[in-house]
Amino acid sequence: MNPDQILYLLQGAWGTVLLSVLTFLFAGLLGLCMALMRVSDNRLLRYGASGYIQIIQGTPLLVIMGLCFYGPSVLGLGDTPALFAAVLALTIHSAAFLGEIWRGCIESVPRSQWEAAECLGLNRLQRMFKVILPQAIRIATPSTVGFMVQIVKNTSFASLVIGFAELSYNAKILNNSTFKPFLYFGVAAMLYFIICYPLSWLSLRLERRLTLAGS
Amino acid sequence: MSYQFDFGTVLEYWPMLLDGAETTLVMSFWSTLAGFVLGVVCAIARSSGGPVVRKAVGAYVEVIRNTPLIIQSYFFIFGLSSVGYTMSILAGAILALVINITAYTCEIVRAGIESVPRSQREAGECLGLSPLQVYWHVILVPALERVYPALTSQFVLLMLVTSLLSAVGTEDLFGVAENIQALTFRNFDVFVVLWVMYLIMSALVRGMFILAGKFMFVRKRKLGTLL
Repeated sequence: MNPDQILYLLQGAWGTVLLSVLTFLFAGLLGLCMALMRVSDNRLLRYGASGYIQIIQGTPLLVIMGLCFYGPSVLGLGDTPALFAAVLALTIHSAAFLGEIWRGCIESVPRSQWEAAECLGLNRLQRMFKVILPQAIRIATPSTVGFMVQIVKNTSFASLVIGFAELSYNAKILNNSTFKPFLYFGVAAMLYFIICYPLSWLSLRLERRLTLAGS
Repeated sequence: MSYQFDFGTVLEYWPMLLDGAETTLVMSFWSTLAGFVLGVVCAIARSSGGPVVRKAVGAYVEVIRNTPLIIQSYFFIFGLSSVGYTMSILAGAILALVINITAYTCEIVRAGIESVPRSQREAGECLGLSPLQVYWHVILVPALERVYPALTSQFVLLMLVTSLLSAVGTEDLFGVAENIQALTFRNFDVFVVLWVMYLIMSALVRGMFILAGKFMFVRKRKLGTLL
Protein backbone atom coordinates (compact mmCIF):
# COMPACT_ATOMS: atom_id res chain seq x y z
CA MET A 1 0.00 0.00 0.00
CA ASN A 2 1.61 3.29 -1.06
CA PRO A 3 1.15 6.69 0.62
CA ASP A 4 -1.30 7.82 -2.05
CA GLN A 5 -3.57 4.93 -1.29
CA ILE A 6 -3.38 5.55 2.45
CA LEU A 7 -4.22 9.19 1.82
CA TYR A 8 -7.15 8.14 -0.36
CA LEU A 9 -8.54 5.96 2.43
CA LEU A 10 -8.06 8.76 4.95
CA GLN A 11 -9.95 11.11 2.63
CA GLY A 12 -12.72 8.53 2.65
CA ALA A 13 -12.64 8.43 6.43
CA TRP A 14 -13.00 12.21 6.42
CA GLY A 15 -16.10 11.85 4.23
CA THR A 16 -17.47 9.34 6.73
CA VAL A 17 -16.87 11.70 9.65
CA LEU A 18 -18.44 14.61 7.77
CA LEU A 19 -21.55 12.60 6.92
CA SER A 20 -21.81 11.33 10.50
CA VAL A 21 -21.55 14.76 12.10
CA LEU A 22 -24.06 16.39 9.74
CA THR A 23 -26.44 13.46 10.16
CA PHE A 24 -26.20 13.58 13.92
CA LEU A 25 -26.94 17.30 13.99
CA PHE A 26 -30.00 17.15 11.74
CA ALA A 27 -31.27 13.80 13.01
CA GLY A 28 -30.90 15.09 16.56
CA LEU A 29 -33.20 18.03 15.79
CA LEU A 30 -35.77 15.97 13.91
CA GLY A 31 -35.52 13.14 16.44
CA LEU A 32 -36.19 15.53 19.32
CA CYS A 33 -39.29 16.80 17.49
CA MET A 34 -40.43 13.19 17.02
CA ALA A 35 -39.84 12.32 20.68
CA LEU A 36 -41.76 15.41 21.85
CA MET A 37 -44.59 14.68 19.43
CA ARG A 38 -44.77 11.09 20.69
CA VAL A 39 -45.40 12.28 24.27
CA SER A 40 -47.61 15.19 23.24
CA ASP A 41 -51.20 15.65 24.49
CA ASN A 42 -52.35 16.21 20.92
CA ARG A 43 -53.52 12.92 19.43
CA LEU A 44 -52.79 14.02 15.86
CA LEU A 45 -49.15 14.83 16.66
CA ARG A 46 -48.77 11.56 18.55
CA TYR A 47 -50.16 9.43 15.74
CA GLY A 48 -48.20 11.38 13.14
CA ALA A 49 -44.88 10.76 14.88
CA SER A 50 -45.67 7.14 15.61
CA GLY A 51 -46.68 6.57 11.97
CA TYR A 52 -43.44 8.16 10.79
CA ILE A 53 -41.36 5.97 13.11
CA GLN A 54 -43.21 2.77 12.15
CA ILE A 55 -42.85 3.43 8.42
CA ILE A 56 -39.18 4.42 8.54
CA GLN A 57 -38.23 1.51 10.80
CA GLY A 58 -39.87 -0.82 8.26
CA THR A 59 -37.96 0.60 5.28
CA PRO A 60 -34.39 -0.35 4.37
CA LEU A 61 -31.97 2.57 4.52
CA LEU A 62 -30.94 1.84 0.92
CA VAL A 63 -34.52 2.43 -0.25
CA ILE A 64 -34.63 5.75 1.64
CA MET A 65 -31.32 6.62 -0.04
CA GLY A 66 -32.83 5.89 -3.46
CA LEU A 67 -35.96 7.94 -2.76
CA CYS A 68 -33.87 10.88 -1.51
CA PHE A 69 -31.46 10.66 -4.44
CA TYR A 70 -34.03 10.47 -7.25
CA GLY A 71 -36.91 12.20 -5.45
CA PRO A 72 -35.79 15.85 -5.72
CA SER A 73 -35.34 15.66 -9.49
CA VAL A 74 -38.78 14.06 -9.75
CA LEU A 75 -40.20 17.03 -7.87
CA GLY A 76 -38.49 19.27 -10.44
CA LEU A 77 -35.74 20.56 -8.15
CA GLY A 78 -32.95 19.55 -10.51
CA ASP A 79 -30.04 17.22 -9.81
CA THR A 80 -29.32 16.21 -6.23
CA PRO A 81 -25.78 16.62 -4.88
CA ALA A 82 -24.58 13.33 -3.37
CA LEU A 83 -23.80 14.88 0.02
CA PHE A 84 -27.28 16.40 0.27
CA ALA A 85 -29.06 13.16 -0.64
CA ALA A 86 -26.92 11.11 1.74
CA VAL A 87 -27.42 13.45 4.70
CA LEU A 88 -31.15 13.71 3.97
CA ALA A 89 -31.60 9.93 3.86
CA LEU A 90 -29.47 9.28 6.93
CA THR A 91 -31.34 12.03 8.81
CA ILE A 92 -34.76 10.62 7.93
CA HIS A 93 -33.62 7.15 9.03
CA SER A 94 -31.77 8.12 12.20
CA ALA A 95 -34.46 10.53 13.41
CA ALA A 96 -36.94 7.65 13.64
CA PHE A 97 -34.58 5.64 15.83
CA LEU A 98 -33.44 8.60 17.95
CA GLY A 99 -37.05 9.69 18.40
CA GLU A 100 -37.95 6.27 19.75
CA ILE A 101 -34.90 6.12 22.04
CA TRP A 102 -35.56 9.58 23.43
CA ARG A 103 -39.27 8.95 23.92
CA GLY A 104 -38.31 6.04 26.16
CA CYS A 105 -35.98 8.33 28.13
CA ILE A 106 -38.62 11.04 28.53
CA GLU A 107 -41.15 8.46 29.72
CA SER A 108 -38.70 6.97 32.18
CA VAL A 109 -38.60 10.23 34.16
CA PRO A 110 -40.84 9.42 37.14
CA ARG A 111 -44.47 10.51 36.87
CA SER A 112 -44.17 12.31 40.22
CA GLN A 113 -41.78 14.80 38.62
CA TRP A 114 -44.55 15.87 36.21
CA GLU A 115 -46.99 16.19 39.04
CA ALA A 116 -44.60 18.13 41.25
CA ALA A 117 -43.87 20.53 38.40
CA GLU A 118 -47.59 20.97 37.84
CA CYS A 119 -48.08 21.74 41.53
CA LEU A 120 -45.46 24.45 41.25
CA GLY A 121 -47.68 26.12 38.68
CA LEU A 122 -45.41 25.56 35.67
CA ASN A 123 -47.19 25.33 32.33
CA ARG A 124 -46.73 22.34 30.03
CA LEU A 125 -43.86 23.85 28.06
CA GLN A 126 -42.00 24.89 31.22
CA ARG A 127 -42.57 21.47 32.76
CA MET A 128 -41.08 19.79 29.71
CA PHE A 129 -38.08 22.05 29.21
CA LYS A 130 -37.25 22.96 32.81
CA VAL A 131 -38.06 19.77 34.68
CA ILE A 132 -38.40 16.71 32.47
CA LEU A 133 -35.89 17.21 29.65
CA PRO A 134 -32.89 18.04 31.90
CA GLN A 135 -33.45 14.73 33.69
CA ALA A 136 -34.21 12.83 30.49
CA ILE A 137 -30.99 14.05 28.87
CA ARG A 138 -28.96 12.41 31.62
CA ILE A 139 -30.76 9.12 31.05
CA ALA A 140 -30.47 9.46 27.29
CA THR A 141 -26.76 10.15 27.01
CA PRO A 142 -25.41 6.55 27.03
CA SER A 143 -27.86 5.23 24.43
CA THR A 144 -27.43 8.34 22.28
CA VAL A 145 -23.65 7.91 22.21
CA GLY A 146 -24.27 4.25 21.40
CA PHE A 147 -26.51 5.26 18.51
CA MET A 148 -23.75 7.49 17.12
CA VAL A 149 -21.90 4.26 16.36
CA GLN A 150 -24.90 3.15 14.28
CA ILE A 151 -24.84 6.46 12.41
CA VAL A 152 -21.13 6.11 11.58
CA LYS A 153 -21.69 2.57 10.31
CA ASN A 154 -24.82 3.57 8.40
CA THR A 155 -22.90 6.22 6.43
CA SER A 156 -21.39 3.26 4.54
CA PHE A 157 -24.80 2.80 2.86
CA ALA A 158 -24.14 6.06 1.01
CA SER A 159 -21.46 4.29 -1.01
CA LEU A 160 -24.06 2.21 -2.84
CA VAL A 161 -27.07 3.96 -4.39
CA ILE A 162 -25.71 7.48 -4.12
CA GLY A 163 -22.02 6.78 -4.58
CA PHE A 164 -20.78 9.34 -2.07
CA ALA A 165 -17.00 9.10 -1.69
CA GLU A 166 -16.75 7.93 1.92
CA LEU A 167 -14.55 5.23 3.42
CA SER A 168 -16.34 2.14 2.05
CA TYR A 169 -16.58 3.67 -1.39
CA ASN A 170 -12.90 4.57 -1.54
CA ALA A 171 -11.87 1.16 -0.21
CA LYS A 172 -13.95 -0.49 -2.92
CA ILE A 173 -12.38 1.69 -5.63
CA LEU A 174 -8.89 0.74 -4.43
CA ASN A 175 -9.82 -2.94 -4.35
CA ASN A 176 -11.32 -2.80 -7.83
CA SER A 177 -8.02 -1.63 -9.28
CA THR A 178 -5.64 -3.78 -7.22
CA PHE A 179 -7.60 -6.89 -6.10
CA LYS A 180 -6.22 -7.06 -2.58
CA PRO A 181 -9.48 -7.26 -0.63
CA PHE A 182 -8.03 -8.39 2.70
CA LEU A 183 -5.62 -5.45 2.72
CA TYR A 184 -7.95 -2.60 1.74
CA PHE A 185 -11.08 -3.77 3.50
CA GLY A 186 -9.01 -4.74 6.52
CA VAL A 187 -7.55 -1.23 6.73
CA ALA A 188 -10.98 0.31 6.12
CA ALA A 189 -12.44 -1.86 8.89
CA MET A 190 -9.63 -0.69 11.20
CA LEU A 191 -10.39 2.95 10.42
CA TYR A 192 -14.09 2.41 11.15
CA PHE A 193 -13.12 0.66 14.36
CA ILE A 194 -10.92 3.59 15.38
CA ILE A 195 -13.87 5.94 14.91
CA CYS A 196 -16.52 3.70 16.48
CA TYR A 197 -14.82 1.92 19.35
CA PRO A 198 -14.19 5.02 21.51
CA LEU A 199 -17.88 5.88 21.17
CA SER A 200 -18.94 2.34 22.17
CA TRP A 201 -16.55 2.45 25.10
CA LEU A 202 -17.82 5.86 26.23
CA SER A 203 -21.42 4.71 25.94
CA LEU A 204 -20.77 1.71 28.18
CA ARG A 205 -18.93 3.83 30.75
CA LEU A 206 -21.69 6.44 30.87
CA GLU A 207 -24.24 3.68 31.28
CA ARG A 208 -22.36 2.14 34.20
CA ARG A 209 -22.07 5.52 35.84
CA LEU A 210 -25.80 6.08 35.39
CA THR A 211 -26.71 2.69 36.93
CA LEU A 212 -24.38 3.36 39.84
CA ALA A 213 -25.93 6.78 40.39
CA GLY A 214 -29.41 5.30 40.20
CA SER A 215 -28.83 2.50 42.67
CA MET B 1 -45.01 18.61 -10.48
CA SER B 2 -44.62 17.50 -14.06
CA TYR B 3 -43.37 13.99 -13.29
CA GLN B 4 -45.55 11.19 -14.58
CA PHE B 5 -45.46 8.08 -12.45
CA ASP B 6 -45.39 4.92 -14.49
CA PHE B 7 -45.81 1.97 -12.19
CA GLY B 8 -47.25 -0.13 -15.02
CA THR B 9 -43.84 -0.46 -16.67
CA VAL B 10 -42.27 -1.44 -13.35
CA LEU B 11 -44.99 -3.87 -12.41
CA GLU B 12 -44.61 -5.72 -15.71
CA TYR B 13 -41.58 -7.19 -14.01
CA TRP B 14 -43.52 -8.44 -10.99
CA PRO B 15 -42.38 -12.09 -11.35
CA MET B 16 -38.80 -10.84 -10.96
CA LEU B 17 -39.81 -8.77 -7.94
CA LEU B 18 -41.52 -11.77 -6.34
CA ASP B 19 -38.47 -13.95 -6.96
CA GLY B 20 -36.33 -11.24 -5.37
CA ALA B 21 -38.62 -11.00 -2.36
CA GLU B 22 -38.39 -14.76 -1.96
CA THR B 23 -34.58 -14.65 -2.05
CA THR B 24 -34.61 -11.86 0.55
CA LEU B 25 -36.82 -13.95 2.83
CA VAL B 26 -34.70 -17.09 2.30
CA MET B 27 -31.51 -15.16 3.12
CA SER B 28 -33.14 -13.66 6.21
CA PHE B 29 -34.52 -17.00 7.36
CA TRP B 30 -31.22 -18.90 7.27
CA SER B 31 -29.16 -16.07 8.71
CA THR B 32 -31.71 -15.51 11.49
CA LEU B 33 -31.77 -19.21 12.36
CA ALA B 34 -28.00 -19.72 12.28
CA GLY B 35 -27.35 -16.33 13.89
CA PHE B 36 -29.75 -17.09 16.72
CA VAL B 37 -28.23 -20.50 17.54
CA LEU B 38 -24.63 -19.28 17.27
CA GLY B 39 -25.48 -16.07 19.12
CA VAL B 40 -26.92 -17.99 22.07
CA VAL B 41 -23.83 -20.24 22.11
CA CYS B 42 -21.57 -17.18 22.09
CA ALA B 43 -23.62 -15.53 24.85
CA ILE B 44 -23.29 -18.64 27.04
CA ALA B 45 -19.55 -18.76 26.30
CA ARG B 46 -19.17 -15.07 27.07
CA SER B 47 -21.07 -15.17 30.34
CA SER B 48 -19.83 -18.49 31.74
CA GLY B 49 -16.78 -19.62 29.75
CA GLY B 50 -13.14 -19.49 30.82
CA PRO B 51 -11.19 -16.22 30.68
CA VAL B 52 -9.65 -16.96 27.25
CA VAL B 53 -12.99 -17.87 25.69
CA ARG B 54 -14.61 -14.78 27.19
CA LYS B 55 -11.90 -12.49 25.81
CA ALA B 56 -12.05 -14.12 22.38
CA VAL B 57 -15.84 -13.86 22.09
CA GLY B 58 -15.70 -10.31 23.48
CA ALA B 59 -13.14 -9.28 20.86
CA TYR B 60 -15.22 -10.84 18.06
CA VAL B 61 -18.36 -9.04 19.24
CA GLU B 62 -16.58 -5.68 19.53
CA VAL B 63 -14.94 -5.93 16.11
CA ILE B 64 -18.20 -6.83 14.38
CA ARG B 65 -20.29 -4.26 16.22
CA ASN B 66 -17.86 -1.45 15.48
CA THR B 67 -17.45 -1.99 11.74
CA PRO B 68 -20.12 -1.72 9.03
CA LEU B 69 -21.71 -4.79 7.47
CA ILE B 70 -20.76 -3.72 3.96
CA ILE B 71 -17.04 -3.76 4.82
CA GLN B 72 -17.44 -7.12 6.55
CA SER B 73 -19.14 -8.65 3.50
CA TYR B 74 -16.53 -7.26 1.09
CA PHE B 75 -13.80 -8.53 3.42
CA PHE B 76 -15.16 -12.07 3.71
CA ILE B 77 -16.65 -12.58 0.25
CA PHE B 78 -14.05 -10.85 -1.92
CA GLY B 79 -11.29 -11.86 0.50
CA LEU B 80 -12.10 -15.55 0.49
CA SER B 81 -12.44 -15.63 -3.28
CA SER B 82 -9.09 -13.84 -3.66
CA VAL B 83 -7.34 -16.70 -1.84
CA GLY B 84 -9.09 -19.21 -4.10
CA TYR B 85 -11.94 -20.19 -1.80
CA THR B 86 -15.02 -19.65 -3.91
CA MET B 87 -18.65 -20.25 -3.05
CA SER B 88 -22.01 -19.26 -4.48
CA ILE B 89 -22.96 -15.61 -4.03
CA LEU B 90 -25.97 -16.58 -1.95
CA ALA B 91 -23.89 -18.75 0.40
CA GLY B 92 -21.29 -16.00 0.76
CA ALA B 93 -23.97 -13.43 1.51
CA ILE B 94 -25.59 -15.65 4.14
CA LEU B 95 -22.16 -16.32 5.67
CA ALA B 96 -21.47 -12.59 5.98
CA LEU B 97 -24.91 -11.97 7.47
CA VAL B 98 -24.48 -14.81 9.99
CA ILE B 99 -21.07 -13.54 11.11
CA ASN B 100 -22.67 -10.12 11.59
CA ILE B 101 -25.95 -11.03 13.29
CA THR B 102 -24.31 -13.56 15.64
CA ALA B 103 -22.41 -10.75 17.35
CA TYR B 104 -25.56 -8.69 17.89
CA THR B 105 -27.59 -11.69 19.10
CA CYS B 106 -24.76 -12.61 21.47
CA GLU B 107 -24.80 -9.15 23.05
CA ILE B 108 -28.59 -9.07 23.43
CA VAL B 109 -28.84 -12.59 24.90
CA ARG B 110 -25.91 -11.95 27.23
CA ALA B 111 -27.74 -8.92 28.63
CA GLY B 112 -30.73 -11.21 29.23
CA ILE B 113 -28.65 -13.88 30.97
CA GLU B 114 -27.01 -11.29 33.20
CA SER B 115 -30.38 -9.83 34.15
CA VAL B 116 -31.46 -13.08 35.85
CA PRO B 117 -30.93 -12.49 39.58
CA ARG B 118 -28.53 -14.78 41.44
CA SER B 119 -31.26 -15.70 43.88
CA GLN B 120 -33.21 -17.35 41.06
CA ARG B 121 -30.34 -19.71 40.39
CA GLU B 122 -29.98 -20.51 44.08
CA ALA B 123 -33.71 -21.10 44.40
CA GLY B 124 -33.51 -23.52 41.47
CA GLU B 125 -30.69 -25.40 43.14
CA CYS B 126 -32.64 -25.58 46.40
CA LEU B 127 -35.51 -27.17 44.51
CA GLY B 128 -33.11 -29.99 43.60
CA LEU B 129 -32.81 -29.22 39.89
CA SER B 130 -29.64 -30.47 38.20
CA PRO B 131 -27.15 -27.78 37.01
CA LEU B 132 -28.29 -28.36 33.43
CA GLN B 133 -31.96 -28.02 34.41
CA VAL B 134 -31.18 -24.84 36.33
CA TYR B 135 -29.36 -23.38 33.35
CA TRP B 136 -32.12 -24.25 30.92
CA HIS B 137 -35.32 -23.60 32.91
CA VAL B 138 -34.19 -20.89 35.31
CA ILE B 139 -31.60 -18.93 33.34
CA LEU B 140 -31.68 -19.39 29.58
CA VAL B 141 -35.39 -19.61 28.75
CA PRO B 142 -36.45 -16.70 31.02
CA ALA B 143 -33.50 -14.68 29.69
CA LEU B 144 -34.63 -15.30 26.11
CA GLU B 145 -38.19 -14.42 27.01
CA ARG B 146 -37.02 -11.15 28.49
CA VAL B 147 -34.94 -10.08 25.46
CA TYR B 148 -37.35 -11.46 22.86
CA PRO B 149 -38.68 -7.99 21.84
CA ALA B 150 -35.12 -6.73 21.32
CA LEU B 151 -34.25 -9.84 19.31
CA THR B 152 -37.36 -9.34 17.18
CA SER B 153 -36.33 -5.78 16.30
CA GLN B 154 -32.82 -6.96 15.51
CA PHE B 155 -34.05 -9.69 13.17
CA VAL B 156 -36.47 -7.35 11.40
CA LEU B 157 -33.54 -4.98 10.89
CA LEU B 158 -31.56 -7.93 9.54
CA MET B 159 -34.25 -8.61 6.94
CA LEU B 160 -34.12 -4.97 5.84
CA VAL B 161 -30.34 -4.89 5.76
CA THR B 162 -30.05 -7.93 3.46
CA SER B 163 -30.62 -5.32 0.74
CA LEU B 164 -27.02 -4.26 1.30
CA LEU B 165 -25.76 -7.62 0.06
CA SER B 166 -26.96 -6.75 -3.44
CA ALA B 167 -23.60 -4.92 -3.56
CA VAL B 168 -21.87 -8.30 -3.85
CA GLY B 169 -24.36 -9.46 -6.45
CA THR B 170 -27.18 -11.30 -4.69
CA GLU B 171 -30.48 -11.49 -6.58
CA ASP B 172 -32.48 -10.37 -3.57
CA LEU B 173 -35.36 -7.88 -3.83
CA PHE B 174 -33.00 -4.91 -3.92
CA GLY B 175 -30.62 -6.53 -6.40
CA VAL B 176 -33.48 -7.47 -8.72
CA ALA B 177 -34.86 -3.94 -8.44
CA GLU B 178 -31.53 -2.55 -9.60
CA ASN B 179 -31.78 -4.76 -12.69
CA ILE B 180 -35.29 -3.47 -13.34
CA GLN B 181 -34.00 0.11 -13.03
CA ALA B 182 -31.39 -0.66 -15.66
CA LEU B 183 -34.08 -2.12 -17.95
CA THR B 184 -36.71 0.60 -17.52
CA PHE B 185 -34.85 3.75 -16.39
CA ARG B 186 -37.78 4.35 -14.00
CA ASN B 187 -35.50 4.62 -10.96
CA PHE B 188 -37.82 6.58 -8.71
CA ASP B 189 -40.88 4.47 -9.51
CA VAL B 190 -38.90 1.31 -8.79
CA PHE B 191 -37.89 2.71 -5.40
CA VAL B 192 -41.51 3.51 -4.55
CA VAL B 193 -42.54 -0.06 -5.40
CA LEU B 194 -39.60 -1.38 -3.34
CA TRP B 195 -40.62 0.79 -0.43
CA VAL B 196 -44.13 -0.66 -0.36
CA MET B 197 -42.84 -4.23 -0.72
CA TYR B 198 -40.32 -3.90 2.08
CA LEU B 199 -42.95 -2.33 4.35
CA ILE B 200 -45.26 -5.30 3.77
CA MET B 201 -42.40 -7.75 4.33
CA SER B 202 -41.24 -6.12 7.55
CA ALA B 203 -44.81 -6.16 8.88
CA LEU B 204 -45.06 -9.85 7.95
CA VAL B 205 -41.76 -10.76 9.58
CA ARG B 206 -42.59 -8.81 12.73
CA GLY B 207 -46.01 -10.45 12.91
CA MET B 208 -44.47 -13.89 12.53
CA PHE B 209 -42.03 -13.22 15.36
CA ILE B 210 -44.86 -12.07 17.65
CA LEU B 211 -46.83 -15.20 16.80
CA ALA B 212 -43.82 -17.45 17.31
CA GLY B 213 -43.19 -15.76 20.67
CA LYS B 214 -46.70 -16.65 21.78
CA PHE B 215 -46.00 -20.33 21.06
CA MET B 216 -42.50 -20.39 22.49
CA PHE B 217 -43.12 -18.61 25.76
CA VAL B 218 -46.09 -20.48 27.20
CA ARG B 219 -45.78 -18.95 30.65
CA LYS B 220 -46.19 -15.45 29.31
CA ARG B 221 -49.18 -16.46 27.18
CA LYS B 222 -50.93 -18.10 30.11
CA LEU B 223 -50.15 -15.56 32.81
CA GLY B 224 -49.87 -12.49 30.61
CA THR B 225 -47.25 -10.95 32.88
CA LEU B 226 -43.80 -9.66 32.16
CA LEU B 227 -40.88 -11.31 33.85
